[in-house]
Amino acid sequence: MTEPKAPLSLDELDAKLRRARQEAGGDGAAGAAPAKALGVGFRVGIELVVALVVGVGIGYFLDVWLGTKPWLMLVFFVLGTGAGIVNVWRVVTGLDQAVGYRGETGEAASKTGSDDGGGSRSR
Amino acid sequence: MAAKTIDPLHQFEIHPLLPIKLGAVDVSFTNSSLWMMLSVIAVTAFLTLAMRHRALVPGRLQSVAELSYEFVAGMIRDNVGQAGMQYFPLIFTLFMFVLFGNLLGMIPYAFTFTSHIVVTFAMALVVFVGVTVIGFVKHGLHFLRFFLPHGLPIWMVPILVPIEVLSYFLRPISLSVRLFANMTAGHAMLKVFGGFTVMLGLFGIAPLALNIAVTALELLVALLQAYVFTILTCVYLNDALNMSH
Repeated sequence: MTEPKAPLSLDELDAKLRRARQEAGGDGAAGAAPAKALGVGFRVGIELVVALVVGVGIGYFLDVWLGTKPWLMLVFFVLGTGAGIVNVWRVVTGLDQAVGYRGETGEAASKTGSDDGGGSRSR
Repeated sequence: MAAKTIDPLHQFEIHPLLPIKLGAVDVSFTNSSLWMMLSVIAVTAFLTLAMRHRALVPGRLQSVAELSYEFVAGMIRDNVGQAGMQYFPLIFTLFMFVLFGNLLGMIPYAFTFTSHIVVTFAMALVVFVGVTVIGFVKHGLHFLRFFLPHGLPIWMVPILVPIEVLSYFLRPISLSVRLFANMTAGHAMLKVFGGFTVMLGLFGIAPLALNIAVTALELLVALLQAYVFTILTCVYLNDALNMSH
């Protein structure tokens, strides 16, 4: 962020930046652990509610539109619940992985390899 | 506000400051627009003023600016990887805009534009549509595999694919509702306790003490919600850029 006094050529600057980035790796000083946990807490709470409400809402409006009164609402109630639970489960299981929201098949590791190992696992 | 009535939702009312009509569409400049503009101006002023000296050893203001840069950059590197850094400008803008909107809303008599779902949903929709477009550009139709988790038994497909699709479309909604609900609830609560303080006279010291605590909590929520909004943007971007299944 700061510039040296003598101007570098763009190539030199580029090389310097690249080296600095390599050294920094993914070791960003992002949110301290408590802030992270609080963030997760706030995320989970709303996730379940929204999924349920939206599921029931979609079902209800489809029912009104298609005239199939209780059935689609019931179906979408179940789908919404499922989506909510799946979302919460993902948030919670994603916690102990540096990268990868959907670590269910254990592929987060291979992905970190592909993007130049940027993910920090130090935490 | 009158002493005897508590109207905690009055603060969220939008009123036009400069009525403008474009045909049948009302595009008035409202108090909401004013505070959005103030937020943009504040962010710009803060960042340009803070970085004015470009000192090698940063001063107080400059280190705050550098901290916010590093914070967002770190979030992107941790959640998306180096490939995500090309979206840094968008994510940083979103973060600062939401953060300043939340914080400016904490000033008495200010208007909190993040307490309006129109605003938060518009931002969430930009993220959602943007991320979906990025996903399709990067992966083509293969992006639809997103709805079909890897290693799924065939009989689970009719159950899980609708759930996956639904949970994908829930993203902009939960993203916007989270921010809007937290801001609205917090500010309404502050107003309610403020009303109690006025009504109770001498005994109002109790709700006043509570209000001080809630104000501190609201400051935390203001920061946290900006953080959550940004980190979810990163998570969604990561899903689109590096499809993990």
